[in-house]
Amino acid sequence: MTSKVVLVHHNTQASSTVVEHVAQGQEGLMNGTQEVAAVTQARLETTGSRLRELVAHLRHQRAQLREEWARLITEAKLLTAMTKEEIFAEATSVYDNYVEALETGTYEALQAYARNLSERIIPRGVETHEVVGIVLLLRDVLARSLFATYHEDFNKLNRILDAYEPAANRIAATVAVGFVQERERIIREQQEAIRELSTPVLQVRERLLILPIIGVIDPQRARQLTEQLLRGIRTNRAKVVVLDITGVPYIDSPVANHLVQTVEAARLLGATVIVTGLSPEIAQTLVNIGVDLGKMNTVGDLQGGIEEAERLLGYKVVLMQEPALQST
Amino acid sequence: MQVPILKQGAYLIATVQSALTDEDLKQLRDTLVLQVSKVRARGVIVDVTALDVIDSFATRTLRDVAYMIRLRGAETVIVGIQPEVAFSMVKLGLTLEGVATSLDLEEGLAYLDRKAKAHQEVRAHR
Repeated sequence: MTSKVVLVHHNTQASSTVVEHVAQGQEGLMNGTQEVAAVTQARLETTGSRLRELVAHLRHQRAQLREEWARLITEAKLLTAMTKEEIFAEATSVYDNYVEALETGTYEALQAYARNLSERIIPRGVETHEVVGIVLLLRDVLARSLFATYHEDFNKLNRILDAYEPAANRIAATVAVGFVQERERIIREQQEAIRELSTPVLQVRERLLILPIIGVIDPQRARQLTEQLLRGIRTNRAKVVVLDITGVPYIDSPVANHLVQTVEAARLLGATVIVTGLSPEIAQTLVNIGVDLGKMNTVGDLQGGIEEAERLLGYKVVLMQEPALQST
Repeated sequence: MQVPILKQGAYLIATVQSALTDEDLKQLRDTLVLQVSKVRARGVIVDVTALDVIDSFATRTLRDVAYMIRLRGAETVIVGIQPEVAFSMVKLGLTLEGVATSLDLEEGLAYLDRKAKAHQEVRAHR
């Protein structure tokens, strides 16, 4: 009973204290807002002035730092695809762009430069880790030079680093992202090109078509393959189609099913499909999905497939004379 | 819509002109099976070039026609299935098993000619 009273008492006291605090806090808040604004303003100014100081420092030390950076790049065995002179030339322009981005605080120019640089160096086999590596190296080189210059005034060094680090990190991220985006764009373009080239339909004899397939068949490509094959049968009035999949390393079961269905659809158009060059893995997949061997006509290699097709079409290939090949 | 059936030499040719109802299909089946012996035809061609859709009932009826006509002593060939139709049929598991198919009418005629020739050769051999 006693303890309860005490508790209530405590609570009352506590709540009253809270109310007082709130009242005080509100007053303080008014003052505080102004204070914070003033402090932010001051900090912005000092950040700006510090960045200016920083940029001036980096401009001043340009030749030396650039050389140091290029040396570190070579030492770390980055950008091995490029010559020393090229590295130095690129280092110079990266350095200038870097300092400019620090100075202006805008990254568009740097972004454009990074994209342009990526366009030039990706075809030469420069890897992502190399690009990230050199940008980080530059960051470290510049930080070291700041240490060296301001090591006597620890507080000033700290303030300079406060201004430098976020900007430097953002620059590193911008360059790395620019490089990766450019890479992805190139990969997309190449995929598009491969897709366009992926399913040729070739007529080798009257009523005999060949479809050589090279590379992995994904569902989209499988659809395209079916379309090309069935349309090819119709336009070329083909009786036999040799589907050569020597260049296909493996297929998954949906694609295998699709392939079997394509063969059956071709039969409905009155054509026979001979599949050649099945790898052991593909044979395994086809057996696993329970393919009906009565429906699937398969021959070991492309030559055998063409010979079988010629037999079905009633052709007989005869050697007329000894091959008249030029001998050297 | 009735399907016209033409006699061409020893063959009957049924050309489907537009989409068929189930009733039309049954009638086509009955007429063909009846006619094939009446005119002593050796082969039947069903041309489905005009069809955009061939459903399970149509597939089954076409297969029935082919089987019944074989039992009546003649050959059947389905011609003119469109590529898109063929693939959607296969997707639905409708593969017209045991039924001859050809690209178009010309191919179908060539197929029946070959069959007839083979048949004669077998007879001559005996």
